Amino acid sequence: MATVTTSKKSCTVNPLKMSQPIGSALAFMGVKNCMPLFHGSQGCTSFGLVLFVRHFKEAIPLQTTAMSEVATVLGGFENVEQAIITIANRQKPSIIGISSTGVTETKGDDVEGYLKLVRDRHPELDHIALVYVSTPDFKDAFQDGWAKTVTRMVEQLVTETPADAPRERDRINVLPGAHLTPGDIDELRDILDGFGLEAVVLPDLSGSLDGHVPDDFTPTTLGGISLDEIAAMGSACHTLAIGEQMRPAAEAMEQRTGVPFTLFDRLTGLEVNDRLIALLAELSGRPVPNKIKRQRSQLVDAMLDGHFHFGGKKIAIGAEPDLLWTLSQWITEMGSEVVGAVTTTASPLLEQVPAAEVLIGDLEDLEARARGCDLLMTHSHGRQAAERLAIPFYRIGIPMFDRLGAAHQTIVGYRGTRNLIFEIANMFMADGHEPQPDTWALPENTEHVGETALAAG
Amino acid sequence: MSSLSSKVQEVFNEPGCGKNQGKSEKERKKGCTKQLQPGGAAGGCAFDGAKIALQPVTDVAHLVHGPIACEGNSWDNRGSKSSGSNLWRTSFTTDINETDVVFGGEKRLYKSVKEIIDKYDPPAVFVYQTCVPAMIGDDIEAVCKAASKKFGKPVIPINSPGFVGPKNLGNKLAGEAILDHVIGTEEPEYTTPYDINIIGEYNLSGELWQVKPLLDELGIRILCCISGDAKYHDLASSHRAKAAMMVCSKSMINIARKMEERYDIPFFEGSFYGIEDTSEALREIARLLIERGAPAELMDRTDALIAREEARAWAGIEHYKQRLAGKKVLLITGGVKSWSVVAALQEAGLEVVGTSVKKSTKEDKERIKEIMGEDAHMIDDMSPREMYKLLKDAKADIMLSGGRSQFIALKAKMPWLDINQERHHAYMGYVGMVALVKEIDKALSNPVWQQVRLRAPWEEQTWEEVADAAIAAEAAALAADPARKAEKRRATTVCQCAGVARGTIEDAIVAGGLTTVEAISEQTQAGTGCGSCIGKLDKILQTQDHWNPEAVAAAAQSQQAA
Repeated sequence: MATVTTSKKSCTVNPLKMSQPIGSALAFMGVKNCMPLFHGSQGCTSFGLVLFVRHFKEAIPLQTTAMSEVATVLGGFENVEQAIITIANRQKPSIIGISSTGVTETKGDDVEGYLKLVRDRHPELDHIALVYVSTPDFKDAFQDGWAKTVTRMVEQLVTETPADAPRERDRINVLPGAHLTPGDIDELRDILDGFGLEAVVLPDLSGSLDGHVPDDFTPTTLGGISLDEIAAMGSACHTLAIGEQMRPAAEAMEQRTGVPFTLFDRLTGLEVNDRLIALLAELSGRPVPNKIKRQRSQLVDAMLDGHFHFGGKKIAIGAEPDLLWTLSQWITEMGSEVVGAVTTTASPLLEQVPAAEVLIGDLEDLEARARGCDLLMTHSHGRQAAERLAIPFYRIGIPMFDRLGAAHQTIVGYRGTRNLIFEIANMFMADGHEPQPDTWALPENTEHVGETALAAG
Repeated sequence: MSSLSSKVQEVFNEPGCGKNQGKSEKERKKGCTKQLQPGGAAGGCAFDGAKIALQPVTDVAHLVHGPIACEGNSWDNRGSKSSGSNLWRTSFTTDINETDVVFGGEKRLYKSVKEIIDKYDPPAVFVYQTCVPAMIGDDIEAVCKAASKKFGKPVIPINSPGFVGPKNLGNKLAGEAILDHVIGTEEPEYTTPYDINIIGEYNLSGELWQVKPLLDELGIRILCCISGDAKYHDLASSHRAKAAMMVCSKSMINIARKMEERYDIPFFEGSFYGIEDTSEALREIARLLIERGAPAELMDRTDALIAREEARAWAGIEHYKQRLAGKKVLLITGGVKSWSVVAALQEAGLEVVGTSVKKSTKEDKERIKEIMGEDAHMIDDMSPREMYKLLKDAKADIMLSGGRSQFIALKAKMPWLDINQERHHAYMGYVGMVALVKEIDKALSNPVWQQVRLRAPWEEQTWEEVADAAIAAEAAALAADPARKAEKRRATTVCQCAGVARGTIEDAIVAGGLTTVEAISEQTQAGTGCGSCIGKLDKILQTQDHWNPEAVAAAAQSQQAA
């Protein structure tokens, strides 16, 4: 049980947190033929864009309403209208996902109202879905922006279905949290596929930001879930939500369509995956595939081999709540102790994180708590801290700009957990401190009994 | 007789070896020439043994003369530590090819030595012989002699090709090589009345440094540790030590004894594993040094240091007492180190199962050694289910054993701690014992055990339930069928070295009317290897009325009739 505290500092040093709108934009990027649009100044967009380009090493579709100083003061209706028309003409998307920013929220732009006006004035744009999410920069964090956006899409894009409507027994909705990579989603789809279950993933980054070479150039998102698929989610037999942040979206889905949901607060570790597999076996009525049985056995073996290296290790983690929850629970199960836990925003899970304290703070706070630790786990911005502390550093989370393959880092499922164990254990092994002749020197304050001999020698 | 075979014979006749002393003249002549069991042999060869023994000499170039397998497959795999040069970790091999096999590899060897000296300029080159060049007749001693003369540097032949015998023999042949060619060839810069050698210690995981600060404080100088963290010069001038400690392993007994013989350096056999053993070893060192002329006050200071460090160690262990109280440890290993840790484990509140020893007096230790020795190889061939049963029967919480059994223990999902030489943690001296207790605590308290024992979602029963059921079924089947029970009993291997099944031994006893262990060994080869099964053989003899009641009854009858 952790005491949750918020940093008392006025000045954030080396931020851990990223803003809400870019979490929102990333969620839109998991929808097919979509153009995410920031209602804000140009900079809001370009910073987010650069961050994603560095992380995914892909072209990122992200547009801006380019609010000028004057427009900001007078209100941004014209900018929103103009942006939508331009995007509709140029990129011809099926959906435009609009996220507000600090600037426009401060002004108090009524974007919902603007959109009604746009609809009235431009019936020629009726074929384009317009989804708006309020995501002020100055509130909440990345995963909140993602979660709100998914919830909004469920409310707006999923066709309402009566609770007793016929269900497709082999179709499952998956609502992944922002901390799942395209690789994680691929892995989940693969697991479901083993049971003959089709995964409908919202948002689905696995098709859009998984780093593949497309056949054709598109100015919008490359892949992801289509609007038709989203609309039909109400006929699935079950919804899997991954990460506590996805609870509102899953609840919205259930309310709207009667599709029941199961929320997994994480999918890294043995027991949680046992629960997932049991659920899938039950839902599908099929036996567990041999492939998955073997993967479980491999994971158990990896845990046994790995525990020698994890046992007693002190770990510092800086991550958004659901990723912090995943990593801290899992690494505690492996025998390590989480001595530093820093996160970005509130979550009902924080109090249950297996650490004495969870701080909503920054990387400076994490660095202070990581002193004497055996491992630092956070996104790439932790690299300077790790260097100063001279401890191993495992990069996880967004952004990961100084390594390749961020999109494919996979930690869910038996197989993903197994890989994570190997990766971290290998870091511990590589960091093995060589003993020196003075490693076991007697304590300084020892009253020496050997002085006579030393003098004689 | 070639020089190698005479050397091997000499080693076999080692008078310092207790096992040799117990043998008859005829047996001694036969030496330890037991043939390894094809298909049933495990462990390294004589080359491996020689390399292990000398490789920790840090500033020397260790050149392996042979095909790539001997060195290429085994280099940089030992955890010895160096306080200086790391040249010992650079791998040198002649990597002989087909042409060398046909025309001889001596030229290549000679050139290799030259290249090493040109590039690395080590104080000496150790040349290790292997099987193939030995077979084709490469005379490494001649090459080393010529190279030594030409390059003005010691080039030492280590003649211990793999096929001459097991690892243990290789340890001794390596010892012979340095006795013949290295020790006594240089002089130390100065000597003190406090100079000692430590023989048979390899500084694995830097363990020597857990003890060295204690000796430093007492003003005792390790003139040379043979061979952990040794430098060539130390080794060459080690004959000026006043006393020696032979670390509890017979691998280098020939060095200890011959140095006593040649240079008048008395030695004792001791151990730095375990708190009391460490204290005892320190006192022995002081005693020998005083005998050799060091001031008597050394003992007072040694006692003072022991009192202080023991108190510190017990205080360090005290911390774990509460956490470990009532936990049971099953100790299984052939290593001599296991029995020396018993006292520390008991002090930490752990119950050591498999032994009924309260405190380790000398006699108790012998008993533990016996118990451990008998079961030394037992678990190597165990299935996970059998291992599980063993731990369950012993009601043990954790197993401490040597490296090879770890995979079985882990597959049986049992906490396990490595206390053999491949381990990564240092457990020597007072600090080492505290570290061991800490490691046990860490292993036991790891929540991973609850996790890995979970039932998979598609399984009706846990692995353990299946195993329990199978064990019960097997036991029931055996109880119902005496013939099968006997068959199973007879199928168990008693002597691992020679691969002798219990049935063979029983048959030999019955057929030949054998009454002594020696007779059994003569007939069946059982007990002629490491000797750890001698106790079992005796027990089979003593319990004949259990496994062969008819014969015993018949014998009693005929005796009565007579």
